[in-house]
Parts: sequence; C-alpha cells; structure tokens
Amino acid sequence: MTRPDSLAKACTVNPLKLSQPLGAALAFLGVDRSMPVMHGSQGCTAFGLVLLVRHFREAIPLQTTAMNEVTTILGGSDNLERALLNIHKRTKPAFIGIASTGLTETKGDDVEGDLRRIKARYPELDMPIVYVSTPDYQGALQDGWAKAVTAIVESLAEPVAVPVKHQVNILPGSHVTPGDIIELCAIMEDFGLTAIVVPDLSGSLDGHIPTEFSPATIGGATVAGMRGLGASQATIAIGEQMRVAAQALQTKTGVPFTLFDTLTGLEPADHFFAFLSQLSGRPVPLKYRRQRSQLVDAMLDAHFFFGGQRVAIGAEPDLLWTLSGWLTGMGCEIAAAVTTTQSPLLARFNVPEVRIGDLEDLEAMAAGCDLLITHSHGRQAAARLNIPFLRMGLPVFDRLGAVHRVIVGYRGTRDLVFEVGNLFLAHVHELRPMNSYECGEGCGAGEKGTIPITEVL
Amino acid sequence: MDNLASTIQQAMVEPACAKNQAKTEKERKKGCTQALQPGAAAGGCAFDGAKIALQPITDVAHLVHGPIGCEGNSWDNRGAKSSGPHLYRTGFTTDITENDVVFGGEKRLLKAIKEILSKYDPPAVFVYQTCVTALIGDDIEALCKAASIKFAKPIIPINAPGFVGSKNLGNKLAGEALLQYVIGTEEPEYTTPYDINIIGEYNLAGEFWQVKPLLTELGIRVLSCISGDARYHEIACSHRARAAMMVCSKAMINVARKMEERYGIPFFEGSFYGSSDMSEALRQIARLLVERGAPRALEAQTEAVIAREEARVAARLEPYRSRLQGKRVLLITGGVKSWSVVAALQEIGIEIVGTSVKKSTKEDKDRIKKIMGEEAHMIEDMSPREMYRMLADARADIMLSGGRSQFVALKAKVPWLDINQERHHAYAGYEGMVALVREIDKAISNPIWADVRRPAPWDEEVAS
Repeated sequence: MTRPDSLAKACTVNPLKLSQPLGAALAFLGVDRSMPVMHGSQGCTAFGLVLLVRHFREAIPLQTTAMNEVTTILGGSDNLERALLNIHKRTKPAFIGIASTGLTETKGDDVEGDLRRIKARYPELDMPIVYVSTPDYQGALQDGWAKAVTAIVESLAEPVAVPVKHQVNILPGSHVTPGDIIELCAIMEDFGLTAIVVPDLSGSLDGHIPTEFSPATIGGATVAGMRGLGASQATIAIGEQMRVAAQALQTKTGVPFTLFDTLTGLEPADHFFAFLSQLSGRPVPLKYRRQRSQLVDAMLDAHFFFGGQRVAIGAEPDLLWTLSGWLTGMGCEIAAAVTTTQSPLLARFNVPEVRIGDLEDLEAMAAGCDLLITHSHGRQAAARLNIPFLRMGLPVFDRLGAVHRVIVGYRGTRDLVFEVGNLFLAHVHELRPMNSYECGEGCGAGEKGTIPITEVL
Repeated sequence: MDNLASTIQQAMVEPACAKNQAKTEKERKKGCTQALQPGAAAGGCAFDGAKIALQPITDVAHLVHGPIGCEGNSWDNRGAKSSGPHLYRTGFTTDITENDVVFGGEKRLLKAIKEILSKYDPPAVFVYQTCVTALIGDDIEALCKAASIKFAKPIIPINAPGFVGSKNLGNKLAGEALLQYVIGTEEPEYTTPYDINIIGEYNLAGEFWQVKPLLTELGIRVLSCISGDARYHEIACSHRARAAMMVCSKAMINVARKMEERYGIPFFEGSFYGSSDMSEALRQIARLLVERGAPRALEAQTEAVIAREEARVAARLEPYRSRLQGKRVLLITGGVKSWSVVAALQEIGIEIVGTSVKKSTKEDKDRIKKIMGEEAHMIEDMSPREMYRMLADARADIMLSGGRSQFVALKAKVPWLDINQERHHAYAGYEGMVALVREIDKAISNPIWADVRRPAPWDEEVAS
C-alpha cells in the first residue's frame, strides 16, 4: 500500500526533500576536473554549495549564471555565455555540467539551442558541456542526479566495436556513498574486474589531500572513461533511479545492464557476489566467503535486539527501499515511511503506507517508534520524540564521516547490523517494579508493559 | 513589482551610508550592489539576505513561497540562538509544483498560511517571496493584506525575491518590511528611560547573551533586538525605545535611520567585537540614554563596569601572551568590520600578516593603516589559489576567515578559525574576546599539525 501524495497539505513543514538541480550538480561533481553550474539566481548555487560543504566537509566547486530580474525576462543566453567564458578563463575545467533551475525553467529558455550557438562561436570551449533540465518545482534530488547521469551517458558514451575484457561500468544512485563506491571497486578488483564508475564521488569527494590547489573537482570519472563506457562488458546499475540511465547506455552502446535495487543485506549481497562470479568466471574469493560467514554470525547475535522494533524512516525512494528491506528482513517493523518523490518502487514496498511528504509527517507517524532514521534535519524531531536517531542520507552535517559510511556488501551490512543494533541496545526496555498489573502512567510502549527508553550504560 | 522597484531604489540611496554618500549621483543610481559576474559569482541572493536578517525572530512562522530549492536546500542552517520559542527553526514552504507555476501559487499560499495558523498559532507569519513566484506574478503583498484581515493576525510580506540582487540588498529589503508592517504596530506594557534597541545583531552562537548581562547590570533594558532572539511583539513596539545601537555592518542602516526620522530615536554605529569597541558601545549607549533624559549617574556606573571588565579581560588574556607572541595571522573577511579585534590581537603579540579589504570602504582602509602601519599588507582580491600558496609556503600560522575558504587552509595543513556567521563560538563582548584568543591558541597549538605535515614513509624514502 502506498499513498501517492501527501494528504493534500498546502504547506510543507520541515522539508525532507532537496531540489532536483542540486542532485544534478552533485552528479556533475563526480566528474574529474569538472565545474558544475546552476543556471539560475546566485542564491540557488549559494544554498546548494553551503549544504554540500556541510555534508562533505570539502570545498565544493559550483558556479552560477547569476541571473537577475532583467536577464530572466530578456532570456538567459548572455549570462550563460559569460558564465562559460568566465569559467573557462578562470578554472579551465575538463568538463562543465549545467543544471537548469525553477527560475530559468519558468521563463522557458531554449538552453540547448543557446549552447550550440555559444560553442559554435567560441571554439576554445572545447570541453564536453552537458546540460540537463531540472526545474526545482518537479521531483527531488535523486531525480536530478538520475537525469544528469542519463544526460552524460547520452552525450558522451559511444558504441565500441571491440569491448575491453573485464571492464565493467558502475552507475551508482545518489544514495551510494563514496565509501560504498570504494568498497565496490575493491570487490570488483578481487574478481579481476576493472570498474568505470559514473559519476564517481569517491574520486572527488572522498576527503583527501590534493597535492595542488584546484578550483575544479579533484577527481572522479574522467572524460576518457565516460567516452569509454561503451567498451565495457556489462553495466551494474545501483538503485531503481539508475534504470533509465542504464537503459540509455544499453540502447546507445549495446552494453547490457543489470540493476541491483539494493546491495545491503545477506540476500542482496549474495545476488551481487554470484553475479560477479558469473561475470568474471572466477569463484568468490575466500575473503568474501569469510565475510559472508561473519555477516551471518552478526545477524544471529543481533537479531534479539531487532525483532519487533518499530522504525520510522524518512529518505529518498532508493535509500528507503534499501533500509526498509534490510530492517524488515532483520525482524523490524517499518511503522512510518516518508519519501520525497515518485518511483516505481513505491508500488512494491512491503510497508503499510509510504507517504511522499515531509519531516512533519514523519514526526507525527513516528510517535511510539523505537528508532528514527533520516538525514540531519531530523534532529529536532528526534529530540522532541525522544527516540534514538540514526542519520542517513543527505545532508548529514552534525556528525563526522557520513562520506565513508559503507552499507553495501557483506562487510558493509555487517557493520550496519552492529551500528543499528547498538542503538537498540543502548535503549533497552527494562522492567521497573509495578504496583499493579494495570498499564499505568508512563507506560508508552503498549503491550510490552514496560517503561520506555531507559538508557542502559 | 512597482512597489518593490521603488523600495529597492530607496534602499540604494540610503543617505546614512557613508560609502553611498561618497558616490556620484550617477553611481548611486546604479545601486550599492556590485554587478554579479556569471561564472565567477559568490554569495547568496536577496532572499537569502532577507531570511538571514529576519529568521532570528524566534516566535514567528517563516513561510517561504517558492519551489523546494529555496527552503529545502537552506533551512536549519544558521546559528541564531533562542532563549525561548523554537518555531523559527521549523521550515515552512509552499514547495510549489508545476501546476502552481502554470495556474498561479496564490491559492496554495493562502491555504498554507491557514494551515500554519491552525497548527502552530504563531503571533505572526512572515511570507518570503522567491524568484519563481515573483516571475509568475503571485502578488504576495495583496495576498498578505487580505490574509491579515481574514485571519486577524499579522501576515507580513517579505518581498525580496532572489533575483533582485545580493544578500546585502535582501538585508535592507527585510528592514523595509519591518518598517512598513511591523515596527510601531503594538505598544509595550511599560517603558523606562533605559530602553534601547539593538539593530543588526543576530545572536549568532548566542553571543548577544555575553553582552546583555552587562546592560542588565546597568539597568538598561533591551526593548527590542532586531532581530537576534527577538519576539514579534518586541519588534512591533521597538518604536518606544529611547536610543538605538546599530551593530557594525551596514546591513540594517535603513532601519536605524528611518526609526530616528520617524520616532526620534537617536542611534550610533558600534560593535561588540574586541574590548575597546565593546567599551565604546557601552559608553555610547549610556551617553545617548542620558541625552534622552536618563539620570546622569548612568555614565559613571558605565565607566565603572568598563574599568572592571577591561581589567578582567587583560588579566585573562595575559597567559596567552607568551604562547601567541609572534604568531602570524592571515585575516580574510568582509564581515567583521571591527578593527578593535585586530588591535587586541596585536596587543598580545600576534602579528597580522595580511588582511582583505575587498569589501572595505576608504574609511576602513585608513583605519587599517592606522592600526597596522603604512606597510599593512592589504589584499584587494586574493584568489583561493594564491591563498593556498601563501599558506602552503608557511607565510602565516593561522587563517581567520569565513567558511567558504576553510578548506583552502585545511588542505594546506594550516590552522583555521571561522569568524563568520556559521561559526559555533561566541566572540562578542569581553567574554568573546577571551574566547577568540582561546580558540586561536587551541587551533595553533593542536599537536596534529606536526603530525599531519610529516611526510608519508614512502615519500620519505624518495626524498632520502
């Protein structure tokens, strides 16, 4: 059962959703020596920049066409031209990605046409320039990300006559962290496979010290790598949001794709390792067999604390799918699920209700739950609800290390079992002496008949 | 839009702004916002500026009328603290859809206001205009007027869509909205000869709380702080204050000047950063109040407090003198206009190796020369690359700047301290001066610097 829209609320309270152009810009940040640009007012860029800086704790290259009232009405072509020339002059990026915003979309400029004209007039703008239409008033961050990756694939990937043996594409969704990507690449390597990851935030925003200062991104998918997507043996798409991009790549280059809607949990990890084994023709290395065994053991040790726990999750569709699937499989009940945007997944959830809504909805639905999972903006709700809070998604600005959290594969799942299990363990329901069998004052946990939330240290 | 255009024009010709007065008539018409460079611009939009200026009003519902990018990407990201209500930290937005863009968003806006009033019952709702809703012609001023009557609650339009200009202009437009719709609309329960307004203080990191106790000790009442830790009612009755202080930046100078014009409230421009500026601020407040009829004894009492606090600060800073002697600071900021911080740092032996003057007036530059000498290394516009080189070459021991250049310093493995609005430490008042020096000391003396600068074993092998 899913509910397609919030309950006809006119006012979004405590937004869960981030905007489409931000998702597109984030995807462009996964390209090496890249400069993403938002085609809009300079505030669009400033807000996105501050948010990403707080999450990644890294300098974020992100520019703006600095549209104002007059240029909006007259059309943004001049600003676009000046922005591209300025960026080329000051930054010399190897790639420029442009995302439109609500402002330019409302006016309705022909940006593609403008770009063709500008590129024809200025031959020095010889780097790939990819444009994607992402109005703020539609969709959410993961939609913008998916559209940007599709645009990259469609404009750069070329069919290749002779494929490169053992080369495999990975198209990660916006919810896949740099830490996850590093883990996946290491796994692939152990199967003798080389991965081309597009976009690759593990190259640009993994938090490392570059040897020289650069105003553009300091790593990520290279232009050559993106042009070579068509030479791969196969494509692995992670998250339902990547289906369109993977399909576009297959249509354009003939590289077949396999979509993994999640890589978290024993069964999803089994599927993934079996797939890699088949693809590479190699048996699963011993080290991963051991990791699987460790995960099984972790599940056995931890299941006592997961069974029957009621969890409330606010996340974008693909992350919600990943977490709710895994938690349900551990014996939890997803008592509240709020998401940001439409997805084919919404019809498949094994949860009473998935609402496209905001953190106000989530807070209301999460009353009486044992755990709240959402991004850092959920901190106020968690404090009011007085329940354990796990920060997941984007942004995570009040905890360190969000970038390196790994939840994919056997090892990632094992660590997640421990992390969430510890949150449950720290808040065990303990019996207190009672004067009667009646469930009295302070007995909020329903039939358990216990005093809720006693911090056990 | 005509209304907005004339408000903007007014904000541009602000007569009390010295920088503005130095310009020719023609230059002034162009406005005080620098032309934004596509592809090389930095900083927020007018909406951002308006929100920064008003969001610290804690009991008001701040409703952003626009697509999700405006509020969804920016809410809950500023450090203004509240001693009471927390409604200002709740993000409200109409989150308009394509349907609204086509058919107009006014219906949704009215419904949103109604929902907020029924669910949260705030004393007022501030409605922020954004680019998209301005472009499709939603008339928030007319709508707020109608809604105020319909719901019998102040519904205040903040007409500062992002595309009209920079953050600074947004600050001013926010001030205009307060002048037009809020200030003077309610009366205080009582007044005293010691009532003042503090204008342009946002209580970031709670730093105004380091100043307020001293005022309280002197019997001075902050009738209204615009807008740090403020309640709607306080701002509505701020016209009854006897005197006002406008805190350092010129962002809200229009509010201070127009309140002087309309209500005869004299003001001075001051700062709470650095001991000497803090003392000067207390002195000025006392002087203005006495001029307006407060008992003369206030001035002597103020001097006594100043003497006591300055002595305490000096004593508390003394232990840092030997630790920080000769340390070199690179100061990159447009925000903190208080050179008394610079003077205080120099006093305990810190050397300022460079300071940015990008946003400074000629007057500011003269003051820098006076404080730092003729050879003051003034940096007109330093690119991040140059900044990185300067730090990587160890020509400074620490950089003080805003969050934007944080990683330039950290990637060069040089200590860095945030002195702009996102910071977590309170640097205002005498207490704040000690805090600033303590933070500089903590940053510089952390043992990680030696550790992280040590080459990796494999690089060592190459070197030897």
